[in-house]
Amino acid sequence: MRESGGARAWRWLREHAVVIAAGLVVLYLLIPIAVIFFFSFNDPQGRYNFTWQGFTLEHWGNAFGIEELTDALITSLKLAVLATVIATIVGTLMALALVRHNFFGRRLANFLIVIPMATPEVVMGAALLSFFLILGTFSLGFQTLLIAHVMFCISFVVVVVRSRLIGFDRNLEEAARDLGATSLQTFRLVTFPLILPGIFGAAMLSFALSIDDFVISNFNSGTTVTFPLYIFGAAQRGIPVEVNVIAMILFFFTVAAMGFATWQQRRAEKMASVRPEQEAGAGMPAGAPAAT
Amino acid sequence: MRRRVVPYLLLLPGTAWLLLFFVVPLYYMAELSLNSGVVGELEFNWNWDNYSEALSLYDTQFIRSFIYAGVATVAALLLAYPLAYTIAFKAGKWRNALLFAVVAPFFTTYLIRTLAWETILFDESPVTEILDALGMAPEGHVLATSGAVIAGLTYNFLPFMILPIYASLERIDVRLIEASKDLYASAAQSFWRVTLPLSAPGVVAGTLLTFIPAVGDYVNAQFLGGVGNRMIGNVIQSLYLTQSNYPAAAALSFLLMALIMVAVFVYIRFAGSEALMGEEAV
Repeated sequence: MRESGGARAWRWLREHAVVIAAGLVVLYLLIPIAVIFFFSFNDPQGRYNFTWQGFTLEHWGNAFGIEELTDALITSLKLAVLATVIATIVGTLMALALVRHNFFGRRLANFLIVIPMATPEVVMGAALLSFFLILGTFSLGFQTLLIAHVMFCISFVVVVVRSRLIGFDRNLEEAARDLGATSLQTFRLVTFPLILPGIFGAAMLSFALSIDDFVISNFNSGTTVTFPLYIFGAAQRGIPVEVNVIAMILFFFTVAAMGFATWQQRRAEKMASVRPEQEAGAGMPAGAPAAT
Repeated sequence: MRRRVVPYLLLLPGTAWLLLFFVVPLYYMAELSLNSGVVGELEFNWNWDNYSEALSLYDTQFIRSFIYAGVATVAALLLAYPLAYTIAFKAGKWRNALLFAVVAPFFTTYLIRTLAWETILFDESPVTEILDALGMAPEGHVLATSGAVIAGLTYNFLPFMILPIYASLERIDVRLIEASKDLYASAAQSFWRVTLPLSAPGVVAGTLLTFIPAVGDYVNAQFLGGVGNRMIGNVIQSLYLTQSNYPAAAALSFLLMALIMVAVFVYIRFAGSEALMGEEAV
């Protein structure tokens, strides 16, 4: 008995329904990015960049031509770099304590790390502003932004580095010690290089969170303007097309960084799987003595 | 002896930072919420009226925020599951590309993503015209409706739903699913009785990661909504930053946090707690 064409198409649809739905969701995820990309080539006649008027490369050529916008971007980059460095160091230390040690108060420390992630940003922003206002020692501006950004990045760093540490083969450390390495040497030459991709991933996440943050910054910026704050302010009077251009530049930059991180990860995995009978030192970072 | 001090030393900087700039500020906000008076002559006098006033003045925005966030969370779950399932079990060599597509929206600024939706749903845009033709855009508008705000919330927090569900599906031992099929479960039975329950931690984590930020959000309501779509975040923002009515704003923030805590607590009791605390180490 042969199926009719319609029945066959129907059966095919039913069998692939999940994949088709997934494809549509991917489309939904990507459409706004495509819109941002295409509208960075728009040539709007009025102040608003909402309808397609014509193609131009003018705004890509003028990407950093709007002084206020460029200043805001520079502020955001500085803030993100500083917040990332501090949060990554502090968070990595916390993750090491939580995974490697059993101590009184561990559950409490875990709780302290989870709770900021479970608090809406508007509450965190409002609480910090209340604190700064009543205390009066910090003037609102770059320093209060930095305090706030480090605060909300720490938890994410801990979570990312911790998951890397949990999947860590501790035999490698024991091997290093058996071979006479001190605990500091073991950390520097074995542990650290192996968790480095996790730390790098955590740093990237911090950077992305910081450069993207609007709500908490909105509360604690004083008169300092970051990139998202500039966009918010400009939204009322019409957003210049250059904002789309910079958004796309940031996008491509992040994609490149992600590619680099993936490559690093692969390298570390290769390094962890090196066995003495294989070519000693293959995939080891420069400066590390080959394990013999 | 030295080893026992080590974990505390490692924890010290981070814990100090979180205590000083997260916990202590909450205390200050609690105090502020019991003040009365205006800026310059604020006075602490256990003014609980701030809370009752906040509730009676802004109950609509509270209810609206929880409804919008709830609908957006359910919508995100329905969209996320098929994609997470496909990435975990059917993607093969496409897995990394699909995961990239999931996180790609994070690489563009949150505000710009939301503005992109404003462009997509703008009055004369093709999407609006299609929705209008389907009778889903009253008077040719999509912007400034509840639907637009909920769509924006769903979009912006969708990756937070997809990633945890994917992570828990990916961890499932495929032999369990095979075993259920060997025991004559149909595909549907095996999904509902084996796969779905095993992915529950991911679903719980995903719903929390979507719902909590969505309740407090005010960016989507600001850009995609109208006056009738203001959420509680908009109220807190404007009380703090334009009207400088700090006691009322602090009371509202506290109420919001408390209500979310209650909602999360009830949900966790109902759905199991292992997902929230993450894997226990060691």
